[in-house]
Amino acid sequence: MSAPVLSVRGLITEFETREGSVRAVNNVSFDLAPGEVLGLVGESGSGKTITGFSIMGLVEEPGVIRGGEVLLNDENVLALPEPKLRALRGDRIAMIFQDPMMTLNPVLRIDTQMIETILAHRKLSKAEAREMATEALALVGIPSPAERLRAYPHELSGGMRQRVVIAIALMLEPDLIIADEPTTALDVTIQSQILFEMQKLMASRQTAMIWITHDLTVVAGLAQKVAVMYAGKIVEYGLVDDLLDRPAHPYTQGLMQSIPSNTSRGNRLTQIPGMTPSLLKLPKGCAFAPRCAYASEACKVAPEETAIGETRRVRCHHALGGVS
Amino acid sequence: MLAYLIRRFGQAILVMSVMATIVFFGLYMVGNPVDLLINPEDDLLAQEAAIRRLGLDKPVHIQFFHFLGGLVQGDLGTSFVHNTPALELILSRLPATLELAFLGVFFALVIGIPLGMYAGLYPKSPVSRTIMAGSVIGFSTPNFWQGLMLIMLFAVFWRILPAGGRGETVDVLGIPVSFLTWDGLSHLFLPALNVAIYKISLVIRLTRAGTAEIGLQDYVKYARARGLSEWRVINVHILKNILIPVVTVVGLELGNVIAFAVVTETVFAWPGIGKLLIDSIGLLDRPVVVAYLMLTVFMFVMINLVVDIIYSLLDPRIRVKRRA
Repeated sequence: MSAPVLSVRGLITEFETREGSVRAVNNVSFDLAPGEVLGLVGESGSGKTITGFSIMGLVEEPGVIRGGEVLLNDENVLALPEPKLRALRGDRIAMIFQDPMMTLNPVLRIDTQMIETILAHRKLSKAEAREMATEALALVGIPSPAERLRAYPHELSGGMRQRVVIAIALMLEPDLIIADEPTTALDVTIQSQILFEMQKLMASRQTAMIWITHDLTVVAGLAQKVAVMYAGKIVEYGLVDDLLDRPAHPYTQGLMQSIPSNTSRGNRLTQIPGMTPSLLKLPKGCAFAPRCAYASEACKVAPEETAIGETRRVRCHHALGGVS
Repeated sequence: MLAYLIRRFGQAILVMSVMATIVFFGLYMVGNPVDLLINPEDDLLAQEAAIRRLGLDKPVHIQFFHFLGGLVQGDLGTSFVHNTPALELILSRLPATLELAFLGVFFALVIGIPLGMYAGLYPKSPVSRTIMAGSVIGFSTPNFWQGLMLIMLFAVFWRILPAGGRGETVDVLGIPVSFLTWDGLSHLFLPALNVAIYKISLVIRLTRAGTAEIGLQDYVKYARARGLSEWRVINVHILKNILIPVVTVVGLELGNVIAFAVVTETVFAWPGIGKLLIDSIGLLDRPVVVAYLMLTVFMFVMINLVVDIIYSLLDPRIRVKRRA
């Protein structure tokens, strides 16, 4: 395996609230090789988005990165001073947000927003930057890109806007793209188009990507590795086929069973009982225990991360099936 | 766009004629200008001649038709007191008020927007708290008292600025203006500041609220994630979005100062139209009051129109709606 582009080690991000500090990202570690796609899966509030922002060093008040390392090409991003960090954002690490309707500034034209991004990182003339922006739009399949450049965001459809955002992400050929549920806000046909094109582009450019989602079916088609997050911790981590075929953590299993197509017609959809716990009142020991069918006395002590197999890790006292 | 402009002018004319009618009859009911204008020691014949000359001998509806007849020909009547055309009288005083109003609003924008943005971006800093406390004081201080205090400080204690009057003027295109001479500017500063203080506070509060709200938008976070400089994020991405509410309010406030700078003009003996209005009401000089109010209505309609046009420049989404 080639040297990792990104190596996250023991990342901890906390939020200071009036009721005390909340650990939104708790000791998260993973590696990404060039061209590799990691699916970061979890329910809302599991800390997956904050993980993404922490990697960019872009956690806003009252959030604080408390510990860990984010090594991008062996350089610790979190130790960089702000100007260097800023130079990194958008250039070496690009981000795609969830809702294309909210991502682009409504009062600035597409060209303004693309060109300012280029000029923030490259010493080019405006004309050269415009050229580059036009090419980037053409690359993501936007027809008559030179014309679209002069449009305002509201003049484009949701799918078009997300393509623009993807074009901005790819434009400067970053080492890593963090995509935060980029297809969730789009309708299904557009979703699959965009997924297909992303896959093509990633493969051709060897760009590593973290794909944050709650949708395991998307991950199955796109990612090589999966990390399942629950209450700020990665509860299961491994290669995609391995993990999806034989989920070891009861939570992963629950997520998979709740995919509608797995249930035959007329039956109730399977669901995981209960709700994601509030990070302020996490149960002692394993955070998933109150919702878990396998929970026992042992689960009152938080399970350590255990390796099962070569790349597989799981945090559970009752790891299922996959244990070899 | 042309149809839109014509419609706006139609509205303006309707509002102006309704208002003129109300004011005309309203002032007729308040009192008889004859009692104030005619020398009671004159003999009856001379008195009657004077009344006839002013047209006040006829019944009120005939007077009103005369007034309308004049209006159609662009004649707003002749001042009872000054014996000059009312419009001419007002226009000769208007430049002084306009100068005052524009400088006041200029102060409000130049001081208010940066302070408001600072308070919105760093709500917890002591500087921001000071700014906000200051804005509360600026809001609640009575205008006339504040004017007197400014005179006390700058003209009496420190003796650095004159207490009143207009100072030296220069003619620009036949209009006398103060702001181009050092002496005129020193006379203009205090009254303009007096007008501005309330508006600065208003702009600070509007800008702060806007900045705090827009700072949380995804597109601001996205701008940072693209590695744009903080300067650009604040001065382009945030500023352009908060200008919309600020422009609305400042536009209306500009009209307010032009029309009702009465208090400031009186305190600083500034020879503008506000002072003219107060004097004319006192003498029941009906042609001047009616002409003044018609001009004011016209001005408000124009300001609203200009504000709408600036809107469409600031917010591309509005432009599209109008075209549709």
